[in-house]
Amino acid sequence: MTKENLFERMVQAVVEGQKEETENLAKEAVKRRMNLLEVIEKGFVPGLQKVGELWEKGEYFLPELITSAECMKAATAVLQPELKKARIDAPSKGKVVIGTVEGDIHDIGKNLVASMLQANGFDVYDLGADVKLEKFIDKAEETKVHFICLSALLTTAMLGQRKFIEMLKAKNLSGTFKVLVGGAPVNQKWAADIGADGYAENALAAVKLASRLMAKWRYQEAKDEK
Amino acid sequence: MIKPKRPKLELLSRPFIKKIVAEALTLLEKQGVFVENKEALRLLAEAGMKIDESAKRALFTSVLIEKCINSAPAAINLYDRSGEKKFIVGQDRVHFDPGSAAVTMLDHGAQAQRKAVTDDLVKFTRLVDCLPNYNFQSTGLISSDVPEEIADSYRLYICLQYSSKPVVTGTFRVEGFGPMYEMLLAVRGSARSLAEKPLAIFDACPSPPLKWSNLTTQSLIDCARAGIPSELISMGMTGATSPVTIAGTLVQHVAENLSGLVIAQLAQEGAPVIFGGSPSSFDMRHGTTPMGAIETMMIDSAYAQIGKDLGLPTHAYMALSDAKVNDAQAGFETGIGAILAALAGINVVSGPGMLNFESAQSLEKLVIDNEICGLAYRLIEGISQRDEPLALDLFRDFEQGAQFLTMPHTRKWYRKEHIFPSITDRETYDAWVVLGKKPMADRAAEEVARLLREKPGSLPDETVLRELEKVITREAKNAGLNDLPGR
Repeated sequence: MTKENLFERMVQAVVEGQKEETENLAKEAVKRRMNLLEVIEKGFVPGLQKVGELWEKGEYFLPELITSAECMKAATAVLQPELKKARIDAPSKGKVVIGTVEGDIHDIGKNLVASMLQANGFDVYDLGADVKLEKFIDKAEETKVHFICLSALLTTAMLGQRKFIEMLKAKNLSGTFKVLVGGAPVNQKWAADIGADGYAENALAAVKLASRLMAKWRYQEAKDEK
Repeated sequence: MIKPKRPKLELLSRPFIKKIVAEALTLLEKQGVFVENKEALRLLAEAGMKIDESAKRALFTSVLIEKCINSAPAAINLYDRSGEKKFIVGQDRVHFDPGSAAVTMLDHGAQAQRKAVTDDLVKFTRLVDCLPNYNFQSTGLISSDVPEEIADSYRLYICLQYSSKPVVTGTFRVEGFGPMYEMLLAVRGSARSLAEKPLAIFDACPSPPLKWSNLTTQSLIDCARAGIPSELISMGMTGATSPVTIAGTLVQHVAENLSGLVIAQLAQEGAPVIFGGSPSSFDMRHGTTPMGAIETMMIDSAYAQIGKDLGLPTHAYMALSDAKVNDAQAGFETGIGAILAALAGINVVSGPGMLNFESAQSLEKLVIDNEICGLAYRLIEGISQRDEPLALDLFRDFEQGAQFLTMPHTRKWYRKEHIFPSITDRETYDAWVVLGKKPMADRAAEEVARLLREKPGSLPDETVLRELEKVITREAKNAGLNDLPGR
């Protein structure tokens, strides 16, 4: 099998949501001592992109989207330790702390967003559900993330999103992290009202939002350095 | 694996069915039916029925009626234009087709009705051809830009030209049958293969109460001999042209249908006949015939149950509305009708697209109703056992926080267990705002435009096309029209 064939099979495995196959192909790449960054870039990422396209065309729905993200995570789990061993830094798209805010145990939407972000190359620290507001800040400071993502299904938990942004202000951390909010009752207007940095309608939109903000951020950093 | 239960609606008890049929038979025996067609009267006389020549009234014996019920097939196989795809009209199969022969068209832009022209008929046909939940076409619009003499054959011509689906149609004049039959022959190639693989159903409407006009009787006879299924469309209006009680109307309905069935069987034993109708609960305030009335749907569901009990394929005019535009009434009347018809197991359900007491068609409504029909099909599919065990395996190694979205089981079944409507609003509020806050009818109009842009209809091969054209051009010339309307 040529390198190109292997990449094709990787794309196909991700598009079809075959987790075991994806994992095996990643292992195969390691075994062959391939350039693993190239493997990610030409094998797995195009698969995920194709899935995104199919989703936007309305052909793929949530189960396909999320199983493909799971495939991606499985591949990364094989490749990351190898990259580390070889002291190669996989380029991170950005770092994220995510969780469902305190008083709310609903986590399926949050899990979707976390999965999609991770699959798309973000470093994701998932704190789970019913997370104390302080814990978001502690983790964010500890890991030096770019984004804090707050999920809420209950309207009471939505108030927690507002409280969190006030807390950040009080601690003088407002510009340090970008706060993104989401959840069924949350909308763009709410995000604007409470002064959040962004809101996304669904998991794929969240990836796009984070990528866009990240690009801006890096541009700003580059400018500041000059 | 446990088989899914077919959900079913039955409004009548067995003793009630027996009573209605018994009264209908008595009515046919004692009162009889007016038959304005000489050949039918001759056939009835030859079969030993008493005929009152001056009143053109025929009395039917129960013995003959029962014999004819037995000789009519319990199921009919319709075939599409290619002759390859088969549709069983019988058992509890349900096939939706648009309501037929509307005289006006709802213009979405103007939100007003207007006369339909060829262009509308072509669009209508192409749309029905590509909307997946309509198994049959209907010659749904009457084109006002051709002479009335060819109105019936012209709509069949357009239909056969742009669609491959079987078609529900009918004659407007006795002379209409000839050219329409010729066109069906042009598609099938021979009389024999047309009889073997019927492509069209012809509606035959008795005039309530208890009368068969010359035109419809002739259609019954012609169709029977050609092997074309006839759909009997009795249409009593409660308290006006039939008894005001539902049960009373059912007696008349059964009598009218059975008399038509006998005429068809006498013309050709074994002729395919569908036990159908378009009765209505007459509105005593407005003098109108509401098809969306629940009592209309009760009459429909009940006579269909009787038709099934007699062992015949069934039809009804359901899944339509009396609203004038695509508003909430249009949706709920159509929705209730489609669901009830599907639950009643009515084989041919005509109605989608129709508004205003069967007089208007709407392209937007066709698209909306296609979604409604999808729900109805899903409902009667019932609940299936997909796995053994049903769910226990999914909970193995279950941990807190586990979810089902990523399970292969989900990906395997979700599209089979759940249907996905295309224009029904399931967006979040925000997405709906971003998409322009469009109401259903506007989304439907956009979908109509998209489908008409992308789907050209299914054209027949060149030779068939030329044959069809030859027939219609000749008919048009005879009616004084030298050039067919352009499109």
